[in-house]
Amino acid sequence: MAATPSATLPSTFLPCPGFRESCRTLNWRTHKKQLVRKAGAVKVRAKFELEPPPYPMNALEPHMSRTTFEYHWGKHHRAYVDNLNKQIVGTELDDLTLEDIILVTYNRGDLLPPFNNAAQAWNHQFFWESMKPGGGGKPSGELLELINRDFGSFEAFVKEFKTAAATQFGSGWAWLAYKANRLDVGNASNPHPSDEDKKLVIVKTANAVNPLVWDYSPLLTIDVWEHAYHLDFRSRRAEYISIFMEKLVSWEAVSSRLEAAKAQAAEREKEEERKRREEEEEYQAGDEVREMYVESTDSEAE
Amino acid sequence: MSWCCCNSVCTSSSRQLLATSDLSSIPSRVSNAGLKQKRSLRGVPKVFAYYGLKTPPYKLDALEPYMSQKMLEVHWGEHHCGYVEALNKQLEKNDMLYGCTMDELIKVTYNNGNPLPEFGVAAQVWNHDFFWESMKPGGGDMPKLGLLQLIEKDFGSFTNFKEKFIEAALTLFGSGWIWLVLNREEKRLAIIKTSNAVNPLVWNDIPLIGLDLWEHAYYLDYKNDKANYVNVFMNHLVSWDAALGRMARAQAFVNLGEPKIPVA
Repeated sequence: MAATPSATLPSTFLPCPGFRESCRTLNWRTHKKQLVRKAGAVKVRAKFELEPPPYPMNALEPHMSRTTFEYHWGKHHRAYVDNLNKQIVGTELDDLTLEDIILVTYNRGDLLPPFNNAAQAWNHQFFWESMKPGGGGKPSGELLELINRDFGSFEAFVKEFKTAAATQFGSGWAWLAYKANRLDVGNASNPHPSDEDKKLVIVKTANAVNPLVWDYSPLLTIDVWEHAYHLDFRSRRAEYISIFMEKLVSWEAVSSRLEAAKAQAAEREKEEERKRREEEEEYQAGDEVREMYVESTDSEAE
Repeated sequence: MSWCCCNSVCTSSSRQLLATSDLSSIPSRVSNAGLKQKRSLRGVPKVFAYYGLKTPPYKLDALEPYMSQKMLEVHWGEHHCGYVEALNKQLEKNDMLYGCTMDELIKVTYNNGNPLPEFGVAAQVWNHDFFWESMKPGGGDMPKLGLLQLIEKDFGSFTNFKEKFIEAALTLFGSGWIWLVLNREEKRLAIIKTSNAVNPLVWNDIPLIGLDLWEHAYYLDYKNDKANYVNVFMNHLVSWDAALGRMARAQAFVNLGEPKIPVA
C-alpha cells in the first residue's frame, strides 16, 4: 500500500472547491470491505501526528495549568489522533487531509464513525493555536474593524462570545467564524450573494462539530468540554471563559486566520466566476450549432 | 433519605428559605419542596428555593476509595447544587411551569424532543438525585432474587448484561448518561444511552439504574480514564438494592406477562 509521507496537521483550514461532488458517492462501508492488503511487508503508517502546542506546557500558568495540559493534550488530544489513525488506516480516508476527512464523515449530519475523532483532533490543534502566553487584550486592524461592524463593539462581541460558550449545554465548543456566504450545500445556493453577507459570526457547537461543516472559516475557538477546565476551575465554567478571553486569546492568530479566510473566499469567488463564464461560452457555442441545425431542416422541408 | 435545601458548600440565596412563618400554608404535593416565592411587606423580594437540593443517602466520604469525598463535594455541592439554583431561577420567571412535580416538569419541558430552556437543568436535577440513589457504600456485586432472574431473562446472563452496560458507557461520545430501564412498551429490561440531560422518563420508561457519564462525574478521581470509572461503578458502587426496590414498584405499573417473576 502506498505509504504517503505522514502529513502534519495542515494549517489551511478549508477544503478545496469541488470536493463535495466527488464525495457524494463515497460509500464508507463498502470501501472498508473492499480493502485488499498487498502481499509482502505492509507498513502501516500513522497518517496524523500529534503536534505539541506552540508553547511549553507550563506557559499558560496560572490561567491554564500544566497539569491540565498534560491531560488535555497528552491524553485526550493524543487519544483522538491515535484512534483516528486506527480508524482510517487502509481505507479511502487514509489519503485525505484532516479537513476533508471531517467533511466526508460529517455526512450532512449523519455522522460516520471517524468523524468524532477527526473533528476533535482538528479542534484541539486549533484551540492550542488560539491561545498564547501573555494573551488577551484587544484585537486590532481589520479584525477589530470587522468586530465593530458586525457586533457593534468589542465589548458586545466579548459578551456574546462568553454567553455562547456558557450556554453550550453539555460538551462542545464556541467559535468566532468568518462567514464568506459561499452557501453551497448540495442543491441550495444563495440567491442574492453580496459583500454585506460576508461577516463574522459566533456559533456554538455540540460535541465534536465545528464550523467547517457549514463552510465557515473558523477564527477562534474555546473548548467547553468539561475536561478542558475541570482541573483548574471545577464547575466554574464562566470563570474559565473570562480568563480565556482576558488572558489567553491570541489575537494575532485570529487576525492571520481572518486574512487567510478572506483571501480564500476571494479566490473561490474568482474561480466560480471563471467557471460561470466558461459555461456561458459553451452554451452560446451550443446555440450556434442548434441554429444551424434548424436552418437545414427548414431548407429540407422546402 | 432526607432532603435539605442547602448545605455549607452550596452558597446561594436558597439559604434564606428556612426561616419563615408561611410554611404551614404551603401545598406539599411536590416531593422536593414547594415553597412559594413571596414579597415581604416592604416589597423586598425574598426568593425561596422552589426545589431543594436532596442530600445523597450516605455521607460524602462513604464511597471512598471508589468515589472520593472531594469528588462528591464538587459533584453534589457545586454541579448538582448549581442545577437546582439555576432551575429555581428559571422557574421564577415562568409561571406556567410553576407548581409541577419534577416528573411532570421534565416531560413538559422535553416538549417531545424539542426541549424548552428549562429542560436541561430540570432533568439534571432529577438525574443527579437518581444517580446518588443508584449507588451505595459497599455496592456492586450482583442483583438478587427476582431482579437477577429478570436480567437473566432479558440479557441471557448477568455477565452479558454487565458487558453490554460497560460497552454502552464506553461508546457514548460527549456528555450523557447510561441507564438500565424497564421498557414499558416492550415490557423488558433494556440499556439506554442518552445525551446531555435526557433521561428515560421522557419516553415513559422506568429507570432502574443511572450512571453519570458527564466528565465532571469522574474527572477528579479518574481523569480521562472513563473505562476505569465505569468498571468501578459496576463492581463497587452500583446499588442493586435500589434497583430492586424500583423494579418492585415498576411491577405495579407494568404487567410483564409470563413467566410471572416476583422481584422480591
